[in-house]
Amino acid sequence: MSENNQLTETIERYLNGEMTKAERAQFEELRAKDADVNTKVAEHKHFTNLIKQYGERLELEQRLDAIHDEIDVHALEDELMIHPSWVVRMWRNHHSKISVAASIAIFAALCTLFFTGYLSNKQANYGQLVGEIDKLKNSQKSLQTAVKNLPLRTAMNNPGNFRGTGFAISANGYIVTDNHVIQHADSVYVQAADGKSYRTKVIYTEPQNDIAILEITDPSFKPLAALPYTFKKAETDLGEGVFTIGYPKDNIVLGSGFLTSSTGYKGDTTQYQISALLDYGHSGGPLLDSKGNIIGIVNGKQTRVEGAAFAVKTSYLLKAIKDIPTDSLNKPININGKNILAGLGRPQQIKKIENYVFMVRVYNQ
Amino acid sequence: MSKELNSGIPTDSEVILGILNNSESVLKRLYIAYFPMILQLVINNNGNADDAKDIYQEAIIVLYNKVKTGDFELSSKLKTYIYSICRRLWLKRLTHMNRYGGDIKDFQEYLSVDDETEKNNERDIQFNKMGNALQLLGEPCKTIIEDFYINNRSMQEICENFGYTNADNAKTQKYKCLQRLKKLFFQQK
Repeated sequence: MSENNQLTETIERYLNGEMTKAERAQFEELRAKDADVNTKVAEHKHFTNLIKQYGERLELEQRLDAIHDEIDVHALEDELMIHPSWVVRMWRNHHSKISVAASIAIFAALCTLFFTGYLSNKQANYGQLVGEIDKLKNSQKSLQTAVKNLPLRTAMNNPGNFRGTGFAISANGYIVTDNHVIQHADSVYVQAADGKSYRTKVIYTEPQNDIAILEITDPSFKPLAALPYTFKKAETDLGEGVFTIGYPKDNIVLGSGFLTSSTGYKGDTTQYQISALLDYGHSGGPLLDSKGNIIGIVNGKQTRVEGAAFAVKTSYLLKAIKDIPTDSLNKPININGKNILAGLGRPQQIKKIENYVFMVRVYNQ
Repeated sequence: MSKELNSGIPTDSEVILGILNNSESVLKRLYIAYFPMILQLVINNNGNADDAKDIYQEAIIVLYNKVKTGDFELSSKLKTYIYSICRRLWLKRLTHMNRYGGDIKDFQEYLSVDDETEKNNERDIQFNKMGNALQLLGEPCKTIIEDFYINNRSMQEICENFGYTNADNAKTQKYKCLQRLKKLFFQQK
């Protein structure tokens, strides 16, 4: 070890030129003689040079760093950067967000398409299209048939030119309705709540009071049970809760409100005014008070005012019944029913009277 | 020298003479003169300012060493030479980072300079090894070696710095350190 150190020291002194002339000559002689020593000298020289160069490199790098620190790199960067268009910049800065948003949008669109069946039902849509064409063909054919068969159509297929409502005034088939419902009629049918239709005859009309009396002449008609309501002769007071049922459409419809005036349209004393939303088919229907007394016959409404309807007072109906010529009556009219509605709630009342209220169908050419 | 001359872009021969004479001001003027060019090259080709600094300093060192060793022949403008070296280095690094898209935006004309950067690369590897070996060596060996072989301090000075009682002890210590350094250096792959 120490021998080794000694050799290294000698080599160093030799390389650094610290030897005397005599020493130097001696060492060079040794070098020439001993190849081992010679390599060691070369190795040492190389290695120490490397250390030295490494040191120089470090120093140079430090110098360069010091110079570099004096440069305002940021300003230079801004100046030298080729600024791409804002679209590209936006993409660079936000591309992850944009990608996420786009994938969500695509996913949502696909989901929507999937759940609305767009993706799976291509075939069915195609089929529907064919069906549509077939349907068009069929409807055209049926139109042609209809045109050919037109003269053969019977009146019975006609649902009726006019429609109104009527109600029984006696159990044996006398019905009252509005005169304007049945005027100009060729034939008048009534249809009960159970759907049965009966032929009727107009036996008496009173156009000035808009009252018409019908008699069911159909042999299939069976007399009704006793009337559940009575007719109230006296005038009814304002504010009385009133209701009516009728056939503005194929099913029975309730209209209800209050008695709002003791005179009708333009002060007509034969009528009451009521606040009820009524339709045209309600005409001829019974107007009942809350106890189930008939106080009038619904006959019209004011077209410009919502919820202003009119009804002919019962006294005029009773007067009309009295005025029917006896020779046009096949059966006696017994209007004296027994009021069984007084204590009932509205739904029960309606259930009781709906069998006595008829849809009036009117046919004319 | 007037300030004007001091701050402008140095002429090519000025640079070579400056490097040979270890002129700090010429090195600084050289550095400042061509850095923007390289910054422009790097930041517009997928790099940042730090990349530009690394690349540029490497190129300056290549030039510096070539001038120092005396085998530098100026066959083109110095500017073109520096740009070419940096371009070459940056391409290499881009490829290494898998960021090279196969096309590079150029701002200057350039030459092909393959072999020179290769040579420098080998040297860098040696220096890296030396740096690592010195780190592994630890104190006080590292400082002793650095002081003696790099900073050219005398054994007497080192002796005083480390409080050795006589120069022989310090010498023995130094040779031990050198021995270990050699071992560490050659152990590295």
